[in-house]
Amino acid sequence: MSVKLTVNNQSHELDIDPNMPLLWAIRDHLQLTGTKFGCGMALCGACTVHIDGQAVRSCVTPVSAVAGKSVTTIEGLETPSGKAVQDAWVSLDVPQCGYCQSGQIMSAAALLATNAKPTDGDIDAAMAGNICRCATYVRIRNAIHEAASAVPAATNG
Amino acid sequence: MYFRYFKDPVSHWTGVSASELTRRDFLKFTSLAGAGLTLGALVPERAAAAGGSAAATPALAMPFLRVDPDNTVTVTSKHVEAGQGVWTGLPAIVAEELDASWSQMRVESSPARVPMYGNFAFDPKGSVQGTGGSTAVANSWMQLRQAGATARAMLVEAAAAEWKVPAAEITVNEGVVTHSKSGKKATFGELAVRAAKMPIPTDVKLKDPSQFKIIGRDKLPRLDSRAKSFGTQQFAIDVMLPGMMTAVVMRPPRFGGKVASFDARKAKAVPGVVDVVQIPRGVAVIGRDTWSAKKGREVLQVTWDESGAETRSTAQILAEYKHLSQLPETAKAAKEGDVDAALKTAVHTLDAEFEFPYLAHAPMEPLTAVARLSADKCEIWAGCQFQTIDQVNAAMAAGLKPDQVFITTLAAGGTFGRRANAESDYIAEVASIAKAVGGKYPVRLIWTREDDIMGGRYRPMNYHRITAGLSQDGKVVAYRQRVVGQSIMAGTPFAAAMKDGLDPTAVEGNAAEQYDIENVHVTWSQPKSALPVLWWRSVGHSHMSISKEIMFDELAQLAGKDPVAFRLAHLEKHPKHAAALRLAAEKAGWDKPFSKEKGRGRGVAVQESFGTVVAQVAEVTVTGDTIRVDRVVCAVDCGIAVNPDVIKAQMQSCIGYGLAAALHGKITLTDGRVDQSNFHQYTVLRINEMPREIEVYVVPSTNPPTGVGEPGLPPIAPAVANAVRAATGIKLRKLPFDLAEARAAKV
Repeated sequence: MSVKLTVNNQSHELDIDPNMPLLWAIRDHLQLTGTKFGCGMALCGACTVHIDGQAVRSCVTPVSAVAGKSVTTIEGLETPSGKAVQDAWVSLDVPQCGYCQSGQIMSAAALLATNAKPTDGDIDAAMAGNICRCATYVRIRNAIHEAASAVPAATNG
Repeated sequence: MYFRYFKDPVSHWTGVSASELTRRDFLKFTSLAGAGLTLGALVPERAAAAGGSAAATPALAMPFLRVDPDNTVTVTSKHVEAGQGVWTGLPAIVAEELDASWSQMRVESSPARVPMYGNFAFDPKGSVQGTGGSTAVANSWMQLRQAGATARAMLVEAAAAEWKVPAAEITVNEGVVTHSKSGKKATFGELAVRAAKMPIPTDVKLKDPSQFKIIGRDKLPRLDSRAKSFGTQQFAIDVMLPGMMTAVVMRPPRFGGKVASFDARKAKAVPGVVDVVQIPRGVAVIGRDTWSAKKGREVLQVTWDESGAETRSTAQILAEYKHLSQLPETAKAAKEGDVDAALKTAVHTLDAEFEFPYLAHAPMEPLTAVARLSADKCEIWAGCQFQTIDQVNAAMAAGLKPDQVFITTLAAGGTFGRRANAESDYIAEVASIAKAVGGKYPVRLIWTREDDIMGGRYRPMNYHRITAGLSQDGKVVAYRQRVVGQSIMAGTPFAAAMKDGLDPTAVEGNAAEQYDIENVHVTWSQPKSALPVLWWRSVGHSHMSISKEIMFDELAQLAGKDPVAFRLAHLEKHPKHAAALRLAAEKAGWDKPFSKEKGRGRGVAVQESFGTVVAQVAEVTVTGDTIRVDRVVCAVDCGIAVNPDVIKAQMQSCIGYGLAAALHGKITLTDGRVDQSNFHQYTVLRINEMPREIEVYVVPSTNPPTGVGEPGLPPIAPAVANAVRAATGIKLRKLPFDLAEARAAKV
C-alpha cells in the first residue's frame, strides 16, 4: 500500500505497510539513519523526531498518522534553538557513545522552542523520557542551559 | 587483562602462531610505503630471558598513523570507540609526540589484524585485538608515542633534505616544521610525500612528560562530538548495503533451550518476509525491512527442546547459593594469616550477607551486525569489541578461515562489556544467517530491546557472606568472605586464565587486595547454570567493592572511628588509595560539619580497579523510601591524565551507570524465564535521578596512564549505601537498594 509523508521538507511516497512505525519508514526506506531505534515502546526516546514542531517518539507512531504533517529528523533540524542545541552539544562534548544523542537533541530543541530559559527542574521533566546509558546527563543539562543563553528569545522556535 | 595467563589464544582457535602472523604483516607493511606517509611504531624489543642475553626479536613496524598531503593526520585506532573516548585519547598521544595541531587530527578504525593491532595488555604477544579491562590508553601509550615521535623525525628529516639544513636546527610546533635561521616553513602535508621516503628511524627520543602540551590539556575537544550531534556518526544499525535484508532471530525462551522444530508458514506469509532459516542459536526471520522481519517473527511457531534448560526461579537460585556458601569452596582467592584464631581475639565481630542480582548491560544500540558473504570471504560491519575472536567465530559460522573474515569496526552504541564475549554471539549469528541463505544477499541482524534485556550474558548474580573482627585498638584483625557466583571464564577459551580452579574475575578487588589486613581469607563457590554470564562494566569489582566498602563503613562505626580515618588506618601499604581518599574527603569538606537535617547523609568509598584508584563521597537525601543522590565528589588516580575532560566524562558516566544498578537494576527469573523485557521493567537511570553536582578531581601523577572507562563505577553504590546508613541507620546489603525492604528486614 502506498503511504505519503513529508520529511525534512521533502515529500515521499512509499509502498509500505501503513501500520509500520515512522521510525522504520525513515530509517529503512528513506535511509535517514540519524534517528535511532532503542526500545520500540516509546520508553527511551532514541527515536525522537519532530512532527509539526512537537517532539514525538517515532517508534510507536504509525507512518499513516503523519500524512499531511511535517516530519523533521536530526538531519533536517534547522530551527534556531535546534542549531544552538547542536552547537552546545559539540562545544561541551556531551556525546560519549553518541547513540541516543539524536533523540536527546530533538527533545532538547523542542523544549527550548517552548521554554526559552528552562530551569534544571524543567530540563529534568522534559528530558526524562530520553535514556542515555553513558549517563551524559550532567552535560546534557549544561548544554541545554548554554543553548538557551545562546538563542535570543525572539528567534526561538 | 582477561588474557593475562593466556598462552597463545590465536593458535588456540586457528592453529596459526602469532609470530608467523607478525612476519606476514611486516612484509605487508614494507610494501605499503608510497602514497603519502605511512609510519609505524616499533614495538619495544623484548630481550630473551634466558641467561640475560639480549637476543632481540625483529622489530615490528605497525602503521598507526597516516599523514596526508591535505595536511591531516589520521590515527588508526585498534580499539573500538564505545563512548569511552579512545577516538580522542589515542590521537592525543600521537599528536603530542608529533607536535601536531589538534585541529589537523583525524581518527579511523583499524582493520582486524593481529598482532599488528593486538592488545598488549591482554597478552604480551598481542595475539588478540580487543578492547576491555580499561586497557586502551595504557596499552597504546608507548606504542603511539613511538609512532608519533617516529613520524615527527621523518618529517624533520624530509625538511632537512629539502632545505639542505641540519635536522638539529629544525623545530616543530602546532603542525608546522620550521627552520628559523633560513626562515623556511612547511606543513606536515607539504612534507608528507618526501618524508615517506626517509629511512624509518629506530632510536627516536620521546618527550619528557614535563614537555607535554596536548596530553593533560584541560579541554581537548572530542573528535567524534560533531558527527554524534548531527546524526551522521555511522553505527552498525545504520549500514545500508545494496540489496541488504534485515533479520531478527527467535531465540529459546529459556537459557539452554534448543530448537526442536519450527513452522515458518505463517511467518513467510507476512508481506516483506523473504526467508526463514534455522541457525545454531534459533530461527531467523529475514525481511526486506526491520518491520517485516519483526512482524514475521511474531507469528513464527517454534517448538523448543528444553531438556537442558535453566528452569529455576531467582529465589531457588539464591537458596542454592546460600547453601553453597556453607559447603567447601571451589577455590581460594586469598589466604593470609589465621582468620579463625584472629576472630577469637576480636573485641567486636560483624557478620553480614550481601545479595547482587543478574544485570543486563543494555547499551543504547541494541546488538546489530551486518554480514556480506561470498564464496571466499565474509565481510562484517559491527561495533566489535573483540575483533580477533569475532573474526574466528564468524569464520566458523560461515565455514571460512579467520583470514577470510574482514571486519569493519564501527562506533559502538555502548557496550559496557556486552560485545566482548567468547562466542561472539551476535556476530556469529549474522554470519550463520548469511551462510544459511547462501550469501544471496547482505544481511543486517538487529536485536530488539527485548532480545537484549532477555538475552542473557548478564553480570553474574552473587551472594557474599562475610565475617570480620575488630581488635581492641579498632583495626580489622580478621576478614573472612565467601563469594558465590557463576564463572565468566569457565567453559570458554578464557578459562586458560583460571588458576587452581579460580576465576579471577569472580573475586577481583577483594579486601585482601585493597586493604592492609593481617588475617584474611576469601573463597569462592562456583554454581553452575545454563544461563550465560559476562563481564559487565568493572566486572568483579562491580559487586566485590560494594560488600567490602559497606563492611568497612559498618566496621568503622563499630570501632567508633570516622569512616575516612578508619580506612586510612588500613591503607598504609596502599598509598594510591590513601591519596585518592584524602583528596576526595578534602574536596567534599569531610572534616566540616554536615547537616543531617531533612534526611541528608553522606558516605564514602574507595576502590582500585584496572590499576586506577577512585574514591568518592556521596551526599544523599532520603525522603520516605526514596534515595536521591545530590552530590558526588570523585577523586581519581589514573597516572598521567591524557585527557582530563574525558576522565571527567568517564567518572560521570560510571557514576550514572553504577547508580542505575544501585537504585534499580535487576534481572530476575521465574521458572527460567526472564521477568524483564524492556525499559519499563529493567529500570535504568534517567536525567531526573542524575546527581546535580558531580565534581571530579585528578590526583597529579607522573606514572604511565591507566584506564578510566570502568574504575569510576565500583565506589558509587557503597558510597550511597553508606550515606543512606548515615542518614537513616538503615543497612543496605541487597542490590538494588530497597529502603522499605531493608527497613522491614532490620539487619
